[in-house]
Amino acid sequence: MPTSTACRDADVAESLADAVRRASETHTPLRIVGGDSKRFFGRPSTDDVLSVASHRGVIAYEPTELVITARAGTPIVDIEALLATRGQMLAFEPPVFGPTSTIGGVVATGLSGPRRPFAGAVRDFVLGVTVLDGQGRSLRLGGTVVKNVAGFDGFRLMAGALGCLGVLLDVSLRVVPKPRAERALSLQLDNSASATLLTGLVRRPLPVSGAFHDGARLNLRLSGADAAVAQAAREIGGEDAPLGPWDDLRHMRLPLLSAPRLWRLAVPRTAGDLTLEGRWLHDWAGAQRWLVTDELADQVRAVAVAVGGHATLFRGAGPDEAVFTSLPPPLLALHQRLKATFDPAGIINPGRMYKEL
Amino acid sequence: MLDRFDPALDPTFVAPDRTRLIARLKAFLPNDGLLTTPEAMKVYESDGLAAYRGMPGLVALPRKTAEVRAVLMICADMGVPVVARGAGTGLSGGALPFPGCVLLSLSRFNQILGVDPDAMTARVQPGVRNLAISEAAAPFGLFYAPDPSSQLACSIGGNVAENAGGVHCLKYGLTVHNLQSVELVTLEGEIITLGGPAPDAPGFDLMALITGSEGLLGVITEVTVKLLPQPVHARVLLAAFASVRAGGEAVAAIIAAGIIPAGLEMMDNLALTAAEAHVHAGYPTDAAAILLCELDGATADIDEEMARVISVCEAAGATQTRVACDEAERAQFWAGRKGAFPAMGRLAPDYYCIDGTIPRRRLADVLEEIARLSREHGLPVANVFHAGDGNLHPLILYDARVDGQMEQAETLGGAILELCVAVGGSITGEHGVGREKINQMCAQFGTPEIEIFAAIKAAFDPAGLLNPGKAIPTLARCAEFGAMHVHKGAVPFAHLDRL
Repeated sequence: MPTSTACRDADVAESLADAVRRASETHTPLRIVGGDSKRFFGRPSTDDVLSVASHRGVIAYEPTELVITARAGTPIVDIEALLATRGQMLAFEPPVFGPTSTIGGVVATGLSGPRRPFAGAVRDFVLGVTVLDGQGRSLRLGGTVVKNVAGFDGFRLMAGALGCLGVLLDVSLRVVPKPRAERALSLQLDNSASATLLTGLVRRPLPVSGAFHDGARLNLRLSGADAAVAQAAREIGGEDAPLGPWDDLRHMRLPLLSAPRLWRLAVPRTAGDLTLEGRWLHDWAGAQRWLVTDELADQVRAVAVAVGGHATLFRGAGPDEAVFTSLPPPLLALHQRLKATFDPAGIINPGRMYKEL
Repeated sequence: MLDRFDPALDPTFVAPDRTRLIARLKAFLPNDGLLTTPEAMKVYESDGLAAYRGMPGLVALPRKTAEVRAVLMICADMGVPVVARGAGTGLSGGALPFPGCVLLSLSRFNQILGVDPDAMTARVQPGVRNLAISEAAAPFGLFYAPDPSSQLACSIGGNVAENAGGVHCLKYGLTVHNLQSVELVTLEGEIITLGGPAPDAPGFDLMALITGSEGLLGVITEVTVKLLPQPVHARVLLAAFASVRAGGEAVAAIIAAGIIPAGLEMMDNLALTAAEAHVHAGYPTDAAAILLCELDGATADIDEEMARVISVCEAAGATQTRVACDEAERAQFWAGRKGAFPAMGRLAPDYYCIDGTIPRRRLADVLEEIARLSREHGLPVANVFHAGDGNLHPLILYDARVDGQMEQAETLGGAILELCVAVGGSITGEHGVGREKINQMCAQFGTPEIEIFAAIKAAFDPAGLLNPGKAIPTLARCAEFGAMHVHKGAVPFAHLDRL
């Protein structure tokens, strides 16, 4: 890709499609790259790079529609800055690992931040995508309206698919108004007392927008209208706390989250403490648990699966190590058939999610 | 009419040996689990789109997942099409029997398997009614948010198959946003669980793909839904406007002000006067349009937001704004909206409900264009719809006893849907494509998209036996349908700005 265009808006969909077509004809596997800021995530790949970074720019943003459409290479920081000028934001608070991080990468990895249990995940806000399939055909799936049930929701399928089903060209996302008030609280509670308190709190219509336990304290964030936030803060108690650590949590800058080998366990919020030795950080009111441990990978996965969840070796997987929890055979077979549907030659991010895909 | 399947444009199957099929199914279904006579099968002739009718070959009424699995495996083995059906309230002919099919009714899967107030989920069988879930959750202060108008009768399995919406989905999302997990039986007889008790599941988001797949990919045998805390308080505003355009502008301005109402509904004069005569909701019958705007949350916030909504409406030219003074008046305002469809009976013997979505900012343009199309086609159209998310429900009034009027209504409906696509919207917001909008799919999508949809279906159902002739048109149908439009001349709605 020519680097001279990487800093300005450009539509290079045609040359990307050509590149995919050529790769398809020659059976050359490609590694799709946006800002390459999440290279650590997923199974490692040494395939030829297909850079989407120069396919960039906001195509449409109409604040009254609560929808933004941008080319996949558009930096996520630019998009968030633009939304902020109109008092809007991305509700799913994606982690941003650097200024080069792109909206395409955000959707492809499907990673959501602290607000996820209260506002929804990336897949909940994707309204449509244009994607190149493995033969370089451009497909427009979904649209730019909030309600649209025509055709299969192939666009939602792209969220978190790690690029294994195609190369995202542009994405349309639903955005939300920024809350008028935001406030952080901190409570001196151990993990199990914190879990009990949270079970009661989330069942009530309170404006909670984040809940994490850092090993020592329960941290709560409240977002919403002024009166609701003030009233909830009075009811919950605890101490006022700065909002800064919430940004650090979101962008995974807290010390534990920067560990070279980091596990992510997605489990039922009510699962209770898990029997794995190590250092924990419980986010999403206990449904997303970060773990730094010396326990064996099989053991970590077995414990997560036993409570109905799964474990991802989020960072630090060795060359032959599995990253994601394996799928039951019938489900894997469906994944393989879907992969073959979108990418018959198997050239788009092969093996990035599972060795068999 | 579209309830006739066309061998040249729709999938075709070789008729099976019916006696052998019955014998094989009987081995798995208890005595009353299989209906084979025309009299017994009569009620399954149509769904909520009653104008479309067809007879199934057989009706299977399983009670257990193992029985569903057996039916599917036998049908797969014998090459028999299968049409799954929930409560039969769908409005797009999605459960219309395909000729000779086994109609698989999930009505006996009607148990609530459990409400977990701590996890805030309800595990239910697919035949459980939408409203029954909220009723079961109410003692815990929880509710299931998606609320289609048919929520008294419609079943959750059908809601998942259609990705149903409702009045409150502007704030609380569609069915897809409120699911925790789904159990699905494939035609091959695999029982798979998509999603799970954790916030996400490894692999592709197949639960999202299944939601809204209209029975083309598998049969849903269990659903776990998310429950939400009931809001503390809700208030509703009625705002009247002297023109539909002013009302449409108020809708965009409310959203632009950073307010996401729990519901934001609009009715035009024809709809609101009929509703008023029907339920005496207190609507101003001299208004060209009214908005109902419901806000929920903490009391102090509602008061503050309501003041802002009122000033936005006034700035947009509202001739009247009235906040319901108590719960009784709030219920009364909503009764008019909810009674609007039945109220159409006062205006015409039949009505045909359309379900397009458009970008909110095009609301006024599109409503004016619908009025023009209504005059052109000679049938009145009343509008009552989810304005907040741009989901129109034009109601075409006609008389089925008058020869040709049903076809005329169908043609006008098709023209309205193509208008929605032309301004950047969709042919269906919540009712699904089903059989009804199979031709308009060709207007919304091009050949590559139709091909990929067909390939996705083939990944789950290689023989194409699940709900054939619905939701995804054949390329032959699109060629035929496209040719018809080229013949008519230029691009439809050339005089409107496109996105």
